[in-house]
Amino acid sequence: MSIETVSLSGRKKQVANKKMTFAERIYIIAIAKGMWTTLKHMFKKKVTISYPEQTRPFSDVYRGRHMLMRDDEGRERCTACGLCALSCPAEAITMKAAERTADEKHLYREEKYAEIYEINMLRCIFCGLCEEACPKQAIYLTKSKQIVFSDTSRESFIFGKEELVMPLEMAIKNTQKTQA
Amino acid sequence: MKVTIDGQEIDVEPGTTILQAARLIGGESVPPAMCYYSKLKGSGGKCRCCLVEVSKGSEADPRPMPKLMASCVTGVMDGMEVKSISSPRVTEARKSVTEFLLMNHPLDCPVCDQAGECDLQNLSYNHGKELTRFHEEKRTFEPEDLGNNIQLHMNRCILCYRCVYTAEQLTDGRVHGVVGRGDHAQISTCVSAAIENEYSGNMIDVCPVGALTDKTFRFKSRVWFNKPFTAHRNCDKCCGKTTLWMFGNEIQRVTARKDEYHEVEEFICNECRFDHKDVKDWVIEGPRKFEKFSVINQNNYTRKLEPVQIHTEKQILKGREQDRKKISMVDVPVIDNTPKS
Repeated sequence: MSIETVSLSGRKKQVANKKMTFAERIYIIAIAKGMWTTLKHMFKKKVTISYPEQTRPFSDVYRGRHMLMRDDEGRERCTACGLCALSCPAEAITMKAAERTADEKHLYREEKYAEIYEINMLRCIFCGLCEEACPKQAIYLTKSKQIVFSDTSRESFIFGKEELVMPLEMAIKNTQKTQA
Repeated sequence: MKVTIDGQEIDVEPGTTILQAARLIGGESVPPAMCYYSKLKGSGGKCRCCLVEVSKGSEADPRPMPKLMASCVTGVMDGMEVKSISSPRVTEARKSVTEFLLMNHPLDCPVCDQAGECDLQNLSYNHGKELTRFHEEKRTFEPEDLGNNIQLHMNRCILCYRCVYTAEQLTDGRVHGVVGRGDHAQISTCVSAAIENEYSGNMIDVCPVGALTDKTFRFKSRVWFNKPFTAHRNCDKCCGKTTLWMFGNEIQRVTARKDEYHEVEEFICNECRFDHKDVKDWVIEGPRKFEKFSVINQNNYTRKLEPVQIHTEKQILKGREQDRKKISMVDVPVIDNTPKS
């Protein structure tokens, strides 16, 4: 077989400049065919949705905003090991560790905790590698619809512990749910 | 004397151990060592990590040795043939030894300051198993204070005795040793007296795990976020040759220079290690190099990188001066740019 006759895509067609017959030239059959296609689509299911009122379900692997989890006693799980920052391809995570004092044992699970934990949401690409790297199951990417709020200053996109740590009420609710 | 290790032949002096001969060859056939330290006399023979198979005793007596031998304390014989990584018996034994060492070792690498430069981490990564079969309670000790400079975590200790030998051989009077037996054996200063010796800081470098760590570096950073530099200063007590672990312009930690087997090249004094945390005190020679696959190499550029020139408008890449704020630093004041309505 020569290269001219081979159709790699399987859609190669020989075109011809042949003259149309009378039946083709009056276009009635062609118009009827086209109208039939239109008519068929009128009874099909719509593919669009009216967006703000209706929303589509998220994919199972959807990754939204980060959250620093608390354990079932409400203590922060994060121990500032730095593996999330190490794995982050966008270098969005920074942290500073501190030592837990004796009267903070109800606040932090481990001897060491993250005093400062910051994610630059402008850099974050939501790849979820921090979640995978975390040995303490502390950081998770939640299914939140709102990822970041719009703002005009760059500083407001650097999320600190106030934005990231799980709210205490949520931790209490979770514990009650698991105990029930 | 001629020795063959994993099929590689080498001529060594009489009195060399198998481990030293293997290190002369280098490469993958070097057995791992947790307790042996070439700079400390009498060390070795305790951790059993360096077990090798001697398949031919010597030229005079070619019978193989029936048991696996600890290569760090077994001297070579003429015509000896040794199998290290090439023997399945040896790899199996190393797996078991690693499992034994990890039995009482807590899984607190995320908290431990040694993580990233820990010999036990490397050993279990290279020679260990993924899972543990040990479900019993791990041995724990009461925390003990060793003064302002050294932090002791007895739970992490694998009883390699390296620090005991350091205290014995570098310092005048040994103030700490191993007390108790078997499962209760622990490193202690006996009377909880702080170690005040001028060279006591070397125990930190010598420790293969995170049992003895630098208290001035405690929880400051992880080792792979630091930039290590080779540096020296004129010290009247020691050689003054060190590695500085920097974060920005701050010296977070000073250690001795370690070679490829994580053994210090020269011991340094406590003054160099703990008291000189100012960049002006040091002459920085250049970036320190590490093994190819070490995590310390992360974000560490040992070769000079030229800035890339892109011919475009001047401000386009870096942004305007007033927008170029340092991110993620607490001491930068937050400027509110929100439009006033």
